[in-house]
Amino acid sequence: MSLLEIKNAELKLDGKDILKGLSLSVNKGEVHAIMGPNGSGKSTLSYMLAGRDGYELEGGEVFLEGQSLSKMEADERARSGLFLAFQYPVELPGVGGISFLREAVNSRKKFLGEEELDHLAFVKEVRKVASKMFVKDEMLKRAVNVGFSGGEKKRFEILQMAMLKPKISILDETDSGLDVDALKIVSDGVNAQRNEDNAIVVITHYQRLLDYIVPDFVHILSDGSIIKSGGPELALEVEKNGYAGLINAA
Amino acid sequence: MAATQETIDKVKEVSSTYKYGFVTDLEAEKAPLGLSEDIVKFISHKKKEPKWLLEWRLKAYKKWLTMEEPNWAMVDFPKINFQDIYYYAAPKTKPKLNSLDEVDPELLKTYEKLGIPIKEQEVLAGVAVDYVFDSVSVATTFREKLAKEGIIFCPISEAVKTHPDLVKKYIGTVIPISDNYYAALNSAVFTDGSFVFIPKGVKCPMELSTYFRINEQNSGQFERTLIIAEDNTYVSYLEGCTAPQRDENQLHAAVVELVAMNNAEIKYSTVQNWYPGDKDGKGGIYNFVTKRGNCLGKKSKISWTQVETGSAITWKYPSCVLKGDDSVGEFYSVAVANNAQQADTGTKMIHIGKNTKSTIISKGISAGKAQNTYRGQVQIQKNAKGSRNFTQCDSLLIGDKCGAHTVPYINQFTPNARVEHEATTSKISEDQLFYCLQRGLDIEQATSLIVNGFCKEVMKELPMEFAVEAQKLIGISLEGSVG
Repeated sequence: MSLLEIKNAELKLDGKDILKGLSLSVNKGEVHAIMGPNGSGKSTLSYMLAGRDGYELEGGEVFLEGQSLSKMEADERARSGLFLAFQYPVELPGVGGISFLREAVNSRKKFLGEEELDHLAFVKEVRKVASKMFVKDEMLKRAVNVGFSGGEKKRFEILQMAMLKPKISILDETDSGLDVDALKIVSDGVNAQRNEDNAIVVITHYQRLLDYIVPDFVHILSDGSIIKSGGPELALEVEKNGYAGLINAA
Repeated sequence: MAATQETIDKVKEVSSTYKYGFVTDLEAEKAPLGLSEDIVKFISHKKKEPKWLLEWRLKAYKKWLTMEEPNWAMVDFPKINFQDIYYYAAPKTKPKLNSLDEVDPELLKTYEKLGIPIKEQEVLAGVAVDYVFDSVSVATTFREKLAKEGIIFCPISEAVKTHPDLVKKYIGTVIPISDNYYAALNSAVFTDGSFVFIPKGVKCPMELSTYFRINEQNSGQFERTLIIAEDNTYVSYLEGCTAPQRDENQLHAAVVELVAMNNAEIKYSTVQNWYPGDKDGKGGIYNFVTKRGNCLGKKSKISWTQVETGSAITWKYPSCVLKGDDSVGEFYSVAVANNAQQADTGTKMIHIGKNTKSTIISKGISAGKAQNTYRGQVQIQKNAKGSRNFTQCDSLLIGDKCGAHTVPYINQFTPNARVEHEATTSKISEDQLFYCLQRGLDIEQATSLIVNGFCKEVMKELPMEFAVEAQKLIGISLEGSVG
């Protein structure tokens, strides 16, 4: 059984077909990259998977460990172990980073039937994980994403991922707005979490990120469906020839 | 902190309905229905009051007869029939309690259900509480410990007898009987409330608290609180309120007077959770309250913090009169209005002394079809040179049928002063909700988190255990308003 199975996903936005029979199968321990030009449906795919209102499937189905996601709300999907690193993380004025993380982690723990950490133990754990991602205490005390730089926002996303220990993580254009140094920190953070029990789907426009997070599979998304799949070499082909060649060939 | 945890757990387990809506079945002693000179005399007689107080009440009653109900607030409700209210209701118990063991077991049960058991040994560890049930105070905890410091904390009806000079000297000096319609009414018929006196040089070692509970049907609650802080003192005072769920409206017209001498600081916090009425606006408490503090002394400070989640209608403007030079007034407010609730609340900061400072932080949250108005006055008088005010009014709208209004009045009579006013209005965005949901928070948690983030500047002013309770309350009062 695949960890994540997308079968013939069809989705309309404002009456327009965006996903047109997209299928993808992701197994435990794998990293998949989905590449595609602007407007190919990349962000729609990530919102659809995360269960955002208005992004319900018209046709097809998605399974997480064999369980259909169609009846599950966004929060249930999250608690079940689906994580989305946002392209544009949202500001939450007045909501402290630590308390936000704690609410999130406790929701997940409660779902898993694990014991919630007390405040001190939790803070200790966050600090340990945060330091690896060069997230300073001072940043954790600030309101979530408020006044964060682009790099800080992405680091905070990956910190949340590390704390939540999801089964499947979808990284939506995580490289956008990052300089090389920040890109390396974020990628190191993601790589540190790769293991045999989880999987990562990296959605990106550029090949650059894939130098740091090396995928097992690369898929080309165009006009709402996957037109070609391959290994890491496919990403290099995109880098060299652009999307146009591949799309025309398909 | 067992009792605190108990309070928090109680609030947690609340479903979307008002959980304090139960009625305690106690035999009550009531005055005849309606208001007249005889009723005022009846109350005074019941309380075995001295003659001067009866005369003071009658003067207030006569004044009240000549006054008109204020109609400038942005609230809408049918005319109150003041003859259809019981002005005195008291549970029939022993007239005088020597210890907490003598409190009626039914009353003890009521307070336990409310999450604040009357047990001195573990009551909100370190918080002394006065329990006011309908018209009378039923118990005050930790009195002996406080008495050792020279602090007086007792029902005001008792203070009238035990410390008549103090009560006589200060009552009505901050809010005169003719101040407004409801204050005059309160002066005529007030039944109980708390009295606090902090003698020179004493920092009150624990939080003082009053818990107000309306139980009787058709009864009004008219409590009166008087706090006097002499030179170089500090006191922090909290009040909480609940009422049963009933179809008719009930009137709550309280008066709170604070007096701060040189270098004295009074911190007054309220978590108001009177029954707000049902979804369609049936029933609920009319909360028409006059609260004012006089910063009489140099460098004195009065700070009001309020979290208003209950009541069908809130009409309330806790104010500071900054007479002493260098005195400081603060107002931190969160007002939540959901469903058919109406809130018109704010403050007045009257700068009279030199270099006086005031800060106003108001957070209004509207949901359902509720209307929420901030109304505030900042007045800098001629001699208040070097004075400063900072006002920040933020409104948060949930849904598209509610309203937020900001009505600031600024009167500046000296050029040598600075007044700043900032106002914002925002909505909980779909992006914010989705972001929280994606992290596993459910919709109620997400709303509560975002709203509490919005209120943070005010919440941090509340004493710790109250802040936790207040956060939960805000979450509860907004349940079902999103999604």
